[in-house]
Amino acid sequence: MNLKPETFQRIDEVITHYPVKRSATLPLLHLIQEDAGYISDEAIAWIARKLELELINVLEVVTFYPMFRRAPIGRRHVKVCRTLSCALKGGYKTCETFEKEFNTRLGTNHISPDGEVTIEFVECLASCGTAPVVMIDEKLHENVDVAKAKQLSDQIKAEAAARK
Amino acid sequence: MPAPAQHRIIFKHIDEPGYTNDIDCYLRNGGYEVLKKSVTRKPEELIDEVKKSGLRGRGGAGFPCGVKWGLVDRKSGKPIYLIVNADESEPGTFKDRYIMHQDPHQLIEGTIISCFANNVKQAYIYIRGEMPEGARILEKAIAEARAKNFVGPNILGTGYSCEIYVHRGAGAYICGEETGLIESLEGKRANPRIKPPYFPAVLGLYQCPTIVNNVETLCHVRYIAEHGGEAYSKIGTPGNTGTRIFCVSGHVQRPGYYEFPAGTITMGVLLNDICGGPLPGRTFKAVIPGGSSAKVLRFGERYKGKRKVGPDMVDYDWGVEDVPMDFDSLAMIGSMGGSGGVIVMDDTVNMVEALANINAFYSHESCGQCTPCREGSLWMKKISARMVHGEARPQDGALLKSVADQIPGRTICAFGEACSWPTQSFIIKFKDEFDAYSEVKKTLPADRTVLV
Ligand SMILES: Cc1cc2nc3c(=O)[nH]c(=O)nc-3n(C[C@H](O)[C@H](O)[C@H](O)COP(=O)(O)O)c2cc1C
Ligand code: SF4
Ligand code: FES
Repeated sequence: MNLKPETFQRIDEVITHYPVKRSATLPLLHLIQEDAGYISDEAIAWIARKLELELINVLEVVTFYPMFRRAPIGRRHVKVCRTLSCALKGGYKTCETFEKEFNTRLGTNHISPDGEVTIEFVECLASCGTAPVVMIDEKLHENVDVAKAKQLSDQIKAEAAARK
Repeated sequence: MPAPAQHRIIFKHIDEPGYTNDIDCYLRNGGYEVLKKSVTRKPEELIDEVKKSGLRGRGGAGFPCGVKWGLVDRKSGKPIYLIVNADESEPGTFKDRYIMHQDPHQLIEGTIISCFANNVKQAYIYIRGEMPEGARILEKAIAEARAKNFVGPNILGTGYSCEIYVHRGAGAYICGEETGLIESLEGKRANPRIKPPYFPAVLGLYQCPTIVNNVETLCHVRYIAEHGGEAYSKIGTPGNTGTRIFCVSGHVQRPGYYEFPAGTITMGVLLNDICGGPLPGRTFKAVIPGGSSAKVLRFGERYKGKRKVGPDMVDYDWGVEDVPMDFDSLAMIGSMGGSGGVIVMDDTVNMVEALANINAFYSHESCGQCTPCREGSLWMKKISARMVHGEARPQDGALLKSVADQIPGRTICAFGEACSWPTQSFIIKFKDEFDAYSEVKKTLPADRTVLV
């Protein structure tokens, strides 16, 4: 497995948190996804060996939890809440705005043509009082109406341009 | 009438200017003094205080915390685990995240006190995968507390040791259900376990006795350890002690979180006086009082019956606005206080479309073990989505309800009830809207807010 040295270090540390190795399955998947971007076949086999499990024990976990991905996504991950409180405040419009701005469609199987974003609908992000809410990578943005969605999109585009 | 003042004991420092989430700020505000006092007491005494307090769990079911602790098997010789349920994912609920982000040490102090009271040597905080920042804040806070000897080996020189680790979920709502959570913590799919025999208090994590408590519940324990169970039980109303945090979202002027003594304010006071009433020119239509699984209340309907007030039975005749906001009153009128998430809908909302949104959630989140839940939630979603996006028929309401009626009581976990209650209650209370939707749909403004 090709991972950063500190990822290997954190993997070895986190396994010690549990009396039973199998409990480290989710933490290992998180650490590997954070480093490699997605969960490859190789990663599944590596985790199974590391935790002394059968392949299927890891695969069934990967397929159960929506946060784990089997393929790369755009550079930035935009998650828009679709649940009731956000929908009541216009969450669907917010989502549509991101789709238009980046000329792409919803779903982790889509990457915008410029490679910048993958947009996804997710369930309630526990911030319903400041709906609609959007999470971009690890940061939560509140009260994201259409204007704010445009502003956030511009920011992502500006950061992309600065990188080039 | 001015809005009644809040009584903040758990959210005391939330949004306080200058209050930060590091241990120095917490210590400046008297932090960990309660822990220092608690570890000099007998663990049984602390459990007694919690029993006396009448504290009911804040995760959804409202189960008495002291009773739960009393059920723990202490004779098995196996280690006892404590898990903090920080999965906060019931739609409409947003209180635990604020505690973890802004006042994490309050949770850690409450957790260690609870561990000490129950002779727990290892605790886990199971936090939603969607809260990476919260997980980092908690990890940092635990490290700070460990450096000051409030967590870890030989806490404050007492010989008592306890570790806390943070464990992240990965986007599945069912991990909030306590036995699903335990499976997930064991590194498996979060398929809830069948009860009996798998009551966590006896056969929980690694088949050992396990206590699962909500984030907010453990903060209440800290307060109880400080002030005593007796004093705590005087806040709120008998049977519904302490404060409740109401998370109000949807169509009100001032959505947000508000902490009040349980049962001392009514829904009307909460929505009109505290949250500023409906949006300009609108009227309230419906409210879901305790997270999206709670049965919906329709403005204009009345609830009648007899209830106990002190030693007497008295008649009540309430509108939605008159209902006291506590577990028992909301249960009495056929809904529930649940997790405190209050979702408000005004007259712009079409109830078929709102239900279609809720059904999409439950169908996505069923773990799939039980056929009635997996198939039922899927069909409820398909039917309601078809009504909105395809052809709607007058008999669809009855069809939806017949699907919903076949789920509860036939499943492994309470998700079965949770996913059927919205459909059942929406269709009973807004039957007219479901019956007429096929016609009304043609006249609804095309630019209305999309809900599904
Ligand atoms: C489908 C389902 C989802 C749940 N989600 C949560 C949750 O997100 N957070 C929580 O604290 N409890 C949740 N619960 C309740 C837990 O199972 C459990 O009762 C609670 O954590 C106990 O803590 P308490 O007694 O302190 O409330 C859920 C229950 C069910 C049936
Ligand atoms: S009721 Fe639903 S969520 Fe609960 S165990 Fe059965 S299928 Fe899973
Ligand atoms: S409904 Fe969107 S954060 Fe809760």
